[in-house]
Amino acid sequence: MSETPREMNIIGKRFWFFLISGAVILAGIIALIAFGLKPGIEFKSGTEVTISFSENATATKEKVTGALEELGYASGSFIVRAAGADYILDLPELNDAGKAALLSALAKVGDFKDGGFYTVSPLAAGQTVRNASIAVLVSAVVILLYLAWAFRRMPNPIRWGTCAIASLLHDVLVVIGVFAILSGIFGWQVDLMFVAAVLTVAGYSVNDTIVIYDRIREGVRRNPGAAFESVVNRSLVETMSRTLVTGLGTLFVLIALAIIVGGPIQNLVVVLLVGIVTGTYSSIGTAASLLVVWERGEWGRFIRRKASA
Amino acid sequence: MSRYTWYFLAVAVVLVLSLLILFPMDKGTLLGRPIKLGLDLQGGTRIVYKADLSSIPDSQKGKALDGAIAVLQNRINPLGVSEPNIRKLGADQILVEVPGKTLTDAEKDNLARVALLEFGEQVTDNGTYKWQDALGKWKPATGVVDNQTLELTSAYFQDNTYVTTGNLGQVLLIFNWDTIGSQLSEQITTRLYNASNAPLGIFEGDQPLVGEDGRPIAPSVQGIISDRGQIEGLSATEASRLSSQLNAGRLPIPLSRTSDERTVEPWLGAGFVTKSVRAGALAIAMTMLFLIVYYRISGLMASFALAYYAILTLAIFKVLTVTLSLSAIGGFILSVGMAIDANVLIFERMKEEMWAGRTVGAAIETGFSRAWTAIWDSHVTTLLSGLIIYWLGSSSFVASDIAKGFAVTLMIGVAVSLFSAITVTRTFLRPFVNTSFAANPSFFAPWQRKTNV
Repeated sequence: MSETPREMNIIGKRFWFFLISGAVILAGIIALIAFGLKPGIEFKSGTEVTISFSENATATKEKVTGALEELGYASGSFIVRAAGADYILDLPELNDAGKAALLSALAKVGDFKDGGFYTVSPLAAGQTVRNASIAVLVSAVVILLYLAWAFRRMPNPIRWGTCAIASLLHDVLVVIGVFAILSGIFGWQVDLMFVAAVLTVAGYSVNDTIVIYDRIREGVRRNPGAAFESVVNRSLVETMSRTLVTGLGTLFVLIALAIIVGGPIQNLVVVLLVGIVTGTYSSIGTAASLLVVWERGEWGRFIRRKASA
Repeated sequence: MSRYTWYFLAVAVVLVLSLLILFPMDKGTLLGRPIKLGLDLQGGTRIVYKADLSSIPDSQKGKALDGAIAVLQNRINPLGVSEPNIRKLGADQILVEVPGKTLTDAEKDNLARVALLEFGEQVTDNGTYKWQDALGKWKPATGVVDNQTLELTSAYFQDNTYVTTGNLGQVLLIFNWDTIGSQLSEQITTRLYNASNAPLGIFEGDQPLVGEDGRPIAPSVQGIISDRGQIEGLSATEASRLSSQLNAGRLPIPLSRTSDERTVEPWLGAGFVTKSVRAGALAIAMTMLFLIVYYRISGLMASFALAYYAILTLAIFKVLTVTLSLSAIGGFILSVGMAIDANVLIFERMKEEMWAGRTVGAAIETGFSRAWTAIWDSHVTTLLSGLIIYWLGSSSFVASDIAKGFAVTLMIGVAVSLFSAITVTRTFLRPFVNTSFAANPSFFAPWQRKTNV
């Protein structure tokens, strides 16, 4: 290759990137099939009960939460909210035995009067996840069309949009797969925060990819005779410092969130963390490599390499 | 004045305006309304309504409750961004939680109004009647459509009623009949018109609709009405209440308030907002420190530009009364990230230009114009996907408050970022070009002499 000796050869390692991505996504898919994604309390019908402790009971939210956890409820599978002096408990749907067990567990916290058990419909419509997914997919099509237009002066403009969307799906798949693994190990559930986090990751991914594609576009224009592969590699090296600075800057925000808010938004922070790392990795490792592979028509070769690896 | 002086003036005017709108944050200001937080962040008011399902067959009860929930949703959330929780509670109750603690008693009652206007004609003989008021006894006005006797009600209104003022300054509630309604109205008004301009009574529930003067509204029919009508005499507030409720839909079942009303803490626990604000401050401080250490003067100016960006974006949130929920904050964080990225893109380009031997002044201009295509394409793409997500989230097909909340703040943030990246940072940087700082590029970017060019 014609680059100066100091230039990193990123594109040359493209098959390794694909291998790593493939392995992570495969692991995620296996976890998805094995554990599935468990819908959180927000998405299911549940039982709601209002508890009024008598005045001399020294109940606190922590004690109520503790009693529930002692009873075997996983953290995150129920919600306790203070409402004036009372507590509103949102729980998975309870049968009579479950109700009795709950009442005796709460009796240890203090004397109370319960406002009756009610079945409540889900907090968020069950279609929230489906609807958010449709929204992301439709906007992906629009992104594809816009990029095909923005790169219309390049040969094969539709490829750029397609590869950017492939990279977006890659990032979302990795995030969902990692979440499935975590939900298998720690019992994490899909809540509204998770949906918001995945939307954010999708946005970050597209932004990161476009910046690199923009640089490649400029490189192709300026070096009409150069091999596509080396133009892409040079663009990656030139934008590397920006990619890392932006990724690092975003990590600061997450670290601050994790340190100060912590607990209640651990899902959000972890999903975003995985998403930012994946987004940064994929825009360097796979998004640009996909363009090169397509340009050189290497799909067959890649499959053979993988088979022999 | 030069073009740059104009830039500078525009940036300054926008800043002053934004500051006037933004502070104090929890109060209404010039053009702005208080920053609103969603249920998940600040908690709110919880009201339990009991539905009267006595007239509904068993198999239809669930459906009737769902219908009532859909109407409540429309009434509380016409813009679809305040993310209320409305859920079925037990077999015949509806649980409503709205962000904030400012719902008045009248508003709680209004939420539960059926919003069905019924039209009546006077009972002259001693026949059966449904309503009785100062003007006499009334029975439902009926007509015959497709061999069925139907009562004339606002169920046959199209959902485009509006309030306007007539020639004499009187308040008018304008409505249009749908196809069945216009046939009924034509039959009934013809009959009343021919009966020497007999009056047409209007009732809501078991009460006559009362005008601003306290008297029942019952106009004598002066002509045949088939497509479009108006109700005259209401007070302005009552007219707009009725209009918005009529448009939001009629409750299929009567609801009444129960004693179960309380304020509840946020889903994410009390103190979440305070912690998040602290986290935000720490994150901003770390980001700025990083930018300043890495990009020196450019980083310092970018820090000012980011502060400017945040002030302007939050001011717009206040003007548009965006409700900040967790998903909305997700959209905002993403847009902040993109705003930071835009600055980084520019500085990296400046760095390359300076490494290639350009002066600071030339590097600033070239850096901006080179980075522009990337900033434009990434921002436009994000704006487009925000639009799609918002549009889909508002459609009945894929309705999703969470997606909408996310898209609204994302779109606003990205639009502001597009403006601030290119005008604000540049405006802040340009004054340095003619100072002695400019002699040394290392004040403006990480400096490394390129050895192998």
